Amino acid sequence: MFGLTDAELEALRLSLLVASVATVASLPFGILVGVALARGQFWGKSALNVLVHLPLVLPPVVTGYILLVAFGRRGVIGEFLAEQLGIVFAFRWTGAALAAAVMGFPLMVRAIRLAVEAVDSRLEEAAGTLGAGRIATFMLVTLPLALPGIIAGAVLGFAKAMGEFGATITFVSNIPGETQTLPSAIYSLLQVPGEESGAIRLTVIAILVAVGALIASEVLAQRARKRADGR
Amino acid sequence: MSIAVDVKLSQGDFALQAAFTAESGVTALFGQSGAGKSTLAALIAGLRRPSTGRIVLDDTVLVDTAAGVFVPRQKRRIGVVFQEARLFPQLSVRANLRFGQRFLPRGERAPELGPVVELLGIGSLLERRPRHLSGGEQQRVAIGRALLMRPQALVMDEPLASIDEARRAEILPYLDRLKSELRIPIVYISHAVAEIARLADTVVVLGAGRVTAAGTAADILSRLDLPQLGAAEQGAILTATVLSVDASRGTAVLAHPAGSLTVPAVAAPAGTALRLRIHARDVALAVGDPGRISIRNRLPARIIELGQATGGGVDVRLDAGGSPLLARITEDAVADLGLGPGSEVTALIKAIAVEGYRA
Repeated sequence: MFGLTDAELEALRLSLLVASVATVASLPFGILVGVALARGQFWGKSALNVLVHLPLVLPPVVTGYILLVAFGRRGVIGEFLAEQLGIVFAFRWTGAALAAAVMGFPLMVRAIRLAVEAVDSRLEEAAGTLGAGRIATFMLVTLPLALPGIIAGAVLGFAKAMGEFGATITFVSNIPGETQTLPSAIYSLLQVPGEESGAIRLTVIAILVAVGALIASEVLAQRARKRADGR
Repeated sequence: MSIAVDVKLSQGDFALQAAFTAESGVTALFGQSGAGKSTLAALIAGLRRPSTGRIVLDDTVLVDTAAGVFVPRQKRRIGVVFQEARLFPQLSVRANLRFGQRFLPRGERAPELGPVVELLGIGSLLERRPRHLSGGEQQRVAIGRALLMRPQALVMDEPLASIDEARRAEILPYLDRLKSELRIPIVYISHAVAEIARLADTVVVLGAGRVTAAGTAADILSRLDLPQLGAAEQGAILTATVLSVDASRGTAVLAHPAGSLTVPAVAAPAGTALRLRIHARDVALAVGDPGRISIRNRLPARIIELGQATGGGVDVRLDAGGSPLLARITEDAVADLGLGPGSEVTALIKAIAVEGYRA
């Protein structure tokens, strides 16, 4: 397909899998944290805000190393998860997904937070006087009205996950067929003299995927906006 | 049914301390902006908490700070109509109307859409989205949405304030109907004397966070010591019964304890009770027989008190067959006619100037 070698196709498949799982799995948490930061008033709100944004400002290698220490086989959380739930992150594609999710999380949360803040809180008040509790108000009013921004946040997270390199390679290394995503594959190809053509093919693929994701998000967000505005 | 409110709220420079009871019918909270009207609405609806106080709906304590009771807004069953319609933009009019019904207590049947849609004249709007409605239509849908949750009380916070004059005239008849059909307390907040004169049974006047006067609409609106009402809006409210309507001449004759009144024709059968609004500036006074003049309505009346002269005019409060009536005349006229408390006069009211609404 497109003159790609099996190894290159495998990297593409793995990247799409890792980015999709990272996005889908982190979205509920992203919405929760975005809403908490937008509407919540609780002790430790600034601390949560800093924590969420850390991966954005830390060197990716540092984030990857922290993940390795925490979620590695001997890591505090990693050992517990492996023994109790049988979930292993170290040197698996699931680890790549975790790294991608953590790195994309701040972008996702920022977009969702802004979208929720933009929802007219007077509509939420009106829903309350009509008998809707907090959860019902959120599901029936806040969420539908913030949906365009949530979609935008999810796509940002997905795009970041597709491109994530530093934390991934530090945390789960660069194992073909297991943790070698597109960026890692491009990096590996660039290390071998005479393999530039493969790197160029993967670069084109990366651009296509990114553009496709942006177009898809634009279409989805527009549809959601139309619905939210009642047009 | 009734709502009893006795609350205090202090926040920065603003201090609100108000106590009143709203029975079935329309209780107007009247005052200038900043008087605390909307804050009271928010306290009743559960959108804000008072510093101290109690709010009781029938036998249900909604707020009692001493006992630590605070019923959240979604459990109060108080319908709220805000100044802005606050319709949900992503939902159709029908879905907006039905919004509150899914939260009715278990076993309670949801009221039918039909009668409310009929009452508010919004049948043709059901499948539309709020953004395609005019301000007046949006506000009627908002009223319908509040009614369809079967509220135990209704709070209307300046529902007409952000609507232009023409649309306002379009909604007011629906509010007249609402008032006559609902058997729950309606707290109606407004700074427009015309709306209050038309709709309110009871008026609570607020000034700087305190209740400055409270009583029936007829009593409060004919008080001379409430400058908030404004000289141009000063006027009395009379209740009269339709005797006959002469559509060809465009007049109606009404019965009032002080005598019969001729007013512009109304679409109401004989026997209907009408609420009349008579501006002070439309009432002239005569001592003895005024002779041949065009003014149709001549009611015998007795002067109760004279107000302070302002802007060349004096407000005169009269008793006409037991009802308060106001006349605004010049100081010179008072002197010429030798008017004072106790004077027997004839109140002359131009038929054309009388505004009549269904009571």
